[in-house]
Amino acid sequence: MTSGIDLSRPQQQTVGSDEDVVRVRQLVRTVAVAAKLSLVDQTKVVTAASELARNTLVYGGGGTVEVTPVDNGRRPGIRIVFADSGPGIADLELALTDGYTTGGGLGLGLSGARRLVDEFDIQTAPGQGTRITIIKWSR
Amino acid sequence: MERVPILKIGDILLVSIQVDMSDQTAVALQEDLAERIVATGCHGVIIDITALDIVDSFVGRMLSTIASISRVLDAETVVVGMRPAVAITLVELGLSLNGIRTALNVERGMELIAAGRGHDEDDWFDDGPDTEPTASP
Repeated sequence: MTSGIDLSRPQQQTVGSDEDVVRVRQLVRTVAVAAKLSLVDQTKVVTAASELARNTLVYGGGGTVEVTPVDNGRRPGIRIVFADSGPGIADLELALTDGYTTGGGLGLGLSGARRLVDEFDIQTAPGQGTRITIIKWSR
Repeated sequence: MERVPILKIGDILLVSIQVDMSDQTAVALQEDLAERIVATGCHGVIIDITALDIVDSFVGRMLSTIASISRVLDAETVVVGMRPAVAITLVELGLSLNGIRTALNVERGMELIAAGRGHDEDDWFDDGPDTEPTASP
């Protein structure tokens, strides 16, 4: 499904089902390989994307994921933005705590994903949806 | 939805996950395995994740749940074939896979299950205090 895509441009994927989470993983993997991330770094960023795409689906009620190859002048990387217009997160500090969950999971999605990437930014407010940006640089 | 096949080899159920599982597929595998353990009376489950290029918290939880369910149904679960990059990522993610036995490959997993069976039969219900009157003077 990812063959023939232009990897220099942002790629978008709607997240509305379980299968879309799988598609996000595959898209992130393809772009991470093109950005020359090491195997361990590919694995980390794909895992982080899987956690965050699932959050977009389960907590945000679905949304979109945008995957973009980036370059900071010294090294290439991959930037992924997860956006939903769900209920937002009221207590961000609590949500980023290991083991805290409102959804019956392990509570490692947000906090674990943050540990797996180089840059992590989250914008959210109650009723305003959630927008998470992560970046992983190649070493 | 795709389903992961479950193979029976002697006293062991072997599951080799070859697809990028959706969450639904993972949950279905959990249920299918529980049914097969009861239907076959197998005492060991080997889950081969050689082909999995990631294990996220959902799949990690599924593996823990399968291990717990099979234990309750008198079967031992061993997860085999984890890739090094997956192990590194799992630890950093914060997943410890508590209660899951692991082995490097299917062969070692089978040895572990065989060894575990021989051992377990001495320690469990057969020799509780009330069944061993000879132990008291």
